[in-house]
Amino acid sequence: MSAAAIPLSETQRPWNLPYRGKVAMAGLIIAEASIFTIFVVAYLFYMGKSLTGPTPREVLETPIFFTICLLSSSLTIHYAGKVLQRGNRSAFLSLWSFTIVLGGLFLFGTGQEWHRLIYEQGLTISTNLFGTTYYSLVGLHAFHVTAGMIMLVIVAIFAFAGRVGTKHSRRIEVLSLYWHFVDAVWVVVFTVVYVLGR
Amino acid sequence: MSSNTITIPGIGVEEKPWLETLHEWVTTVDHKRLGILYIVYGLGFLVVGGVEALIIRIQLMHSHNDFVSPQVFNRMFTMHGTTMIFFMVMPVLFGFANYLVPLMIGARDMAFPRLNAFSFWLSAFGGLLLYFSFLGGSGLYGAGNAPDVGWWAYAPLGARAFSPGHSTDYWTLSLLVSGFGSIGTAINIIATVLCMRCPGMKLGRMPLLVWLYLVMGGMVLIAITPLSAAQIMLLVDRYLGGHFFDTQAGGSAVLWMHFFWIFGHPEVYVLVIPAFGFLSEIIPVFSRKPIFGYPVMVAATVGIGFLSLTVWAHHMFTVGMNSYANSFFAITTMAVGIPTGIKIFNWIGTMWGGRIQFKVPMLFCIGFLFQFLIAGLTGIIQASVPVDWQLSLSYFVVAHFHYVIVGGILFATFGAFYYWYPKITGRMLSERLGKWHFWLFVIGFHLTFDVMHIPGLLGMPRRIYTYEPGRGWDTLNLIVSIGAFIQAVAILVFVWNLIISYFKGAKAGSDPWDAWTLEWSTSSPPPAYNFATVPVVASARPLWDLKHPEDPDSQYE
Repeated sequence: MSAAAIPLSETQRPWNLPYRGKVAMAGLIIAEASIFTIFVVAYLFYMGKSLTGPTPREVLETPIFFTICLLSSSLTIHYAGKVLQRGNRSAFLSLWSFTIVLGGLFLFGTGQEWHRLIYEQGLTISTNLFGTTYYSLVGLHAFHVTAGMIMLVIVAIFAFAGRVGTKHSRRIEVLSLYWHFVDAVWVVVFTVVYVLGR
Repeated sequence: MSSNTITIPGIGVEEKPWLETLHEWVTTVDHKRLGILYIVYGLGFLVVGGVEALIIRIQLMHSHNDFVSPQVFNRMFTMHGTTMIFFMVMPVLFGFANYLVPLMIGARDMAFPRLNAFSFWLSAFGGLLLYFSFLGGSGLYGAGNAPDVGWWAYAPLGARAFSPGHSTDYWTLSLLVSGFGSIGTAINIIATVLCMRCPGMKLGRMPLLVWLYLVMGGMVLIAITPLSAAQIMLLVDRYLGGHFFDTQAGGSAVLWMHFFWIFGHPEVYVLVIPAFGFLSEIIPVFSRKPIFGYPVMVAATVGIGFLSLTVWAHHMFTVGMNSYANSFFAITTMAVGIPTGIKIFNWIGTMWGGRIQFKVPMLFCIGFLFQFLIAGLTGIIQASVPVDWQLSLSYFVVAHFHYVIVGGILFATFGAFYYWYPKITGRMLSERLGKWHFWLFVIGFHLTFDVMHIPGLLGMPRRIYTYEPGRGWDTLNLIVSIGAFIQAVAILVFVWNLIISYFKGAKAGSDPWDAWTLEWSTSSPPPAYNFATVPVVASARPLWDLKHPEDPDSQYE
């Protein structure tokens, strides 16, 4: 009873399976989306239910510039992957670094906003329901941006050392999937917090 | 099957010192070893959670009993529920997934072996964290030790004001940590099933167990994560002064219930779907017929998966939702009965006209069929809102869900133990002890959980630590407790069987049941690399094709 007794005609057919990294990242994204959904639902549910001030309308300013930064970083990371596939490593390096700068700008924006809210407006996570839900939701997103940034920087270090080539482009693609997800979440968070919530 | 193993000279010949063996087990990334670790870990917690159940049952044996204090009683039912769901059933099911999925699809390991090990150790430390609360739970306040908020920790009970000390924090953190472990394993299962199949193993040729684990993995991703999110919110409330579930600042206690049950109800299906998978493997082999209605089984499973995400608020009919919400959740809950019914008919259809062998794995599966049917029927009774208003939070509910988890999931899991133990250890479990285990457990189970419905109908609330005489509950509770002890004896027989058969059981050979799926084509226990040559399959029953070259299944596909 050896495996050879099984009809061999099947072997001649091409046997292609999806790339495991991509499938796993899709799984992680589904799980993360589920977590964010719960936080978004909590935010929407508690909108306007704070018993004390300050309210979102009084203190929140729409971070348009930093939003543009984050969203355009999706474009740069996409093209970074493309040029890496074609073997253009220097273009990859500059697009990748540009992505990191854009992500960093976004995080700086969040930090600036929080600093202003805490020190000027006196809004902390324990002030009222708005504070609790706002810092949790935006903080959870910022945490994911930070995690993404750490991975981007690691890739950048390897890239500057000349260790990232065309053969890594599948992995780069997996990482950029994550980054796209983080951007997509920001679209939802932005809509909920700065458009609907105000 | 000797032609299917490779002998590597100098490896595995000499006896290793125990420290080295231990080191190998701790650092292993082999899916089979991790599977065994998961299962052994789950069995350990089965005993711990069982002892807690016995303490509960001794306390309730007769009215005005004072075997344990009310405080200890609260801790016992909290720990019993949390342990059994998160640290017993989940690890055992993940263990079987780890062990069987790669073997069944002809792969040499999971897609991400190191993630696999990481997930196991996360779950393992989650369990230790929960039980460390007995030592560290009182914290600085000297208040309470183990968590005592019930396994669902309804707000505001979980808030700092009502649960001082750290016991609730241990509960929260242990579920958070083991939840991340579950997500890791679920991702791994999905990636393995989709990306690691051997040539010819199309999705429609996978063993049903693999299909069901795929659905289970997807449900873990969608359904376990809300609990993680809610636990993060609870931590924000407890440590950062947030107000998510703080009613005094406008927060909502009902929101916690929603978040908990969005997780809690699909969780039941996360647990029962692999049990369905065990049945779908065991019943065909012991009926000597291929599974009846393979595509319908897959469709029904996916249907159950989707429907189960829409039923959570049937746990909350007594909270006071509006009639539209009540009707919606009642209808969806009843609708789950449809795909589940399809499955039960398919299993019966598989047995119909087959040459049924009443070996121990099959006995447990047949037990499952009857008991799961009754569990489903009492479930549909409670899906009716007015009936639920009467029965909610009574022992009727407790009897119902233990019927699902013990009578259904645990029975199927026992069947899986008897079926795959020969593959995992190379030795058969004793049939004689197995039959003792089965019959003792059936008698104990029915004494306990059939009778438990009645005090529920008579109005006995769950989670009370004692009751007054003269309500007609005493005799019933005594019978329930006696049944619990019979079950405990059955479990001891089972554990004894596991141990004695490991050393003295009959040699199993690679295919003791004359089965048809790939795991039986390799030696027992399988070598570290599973298959010497990666198999190529042409039908859903590759070993049938191998054994019957004159009439292979592939001819009919």
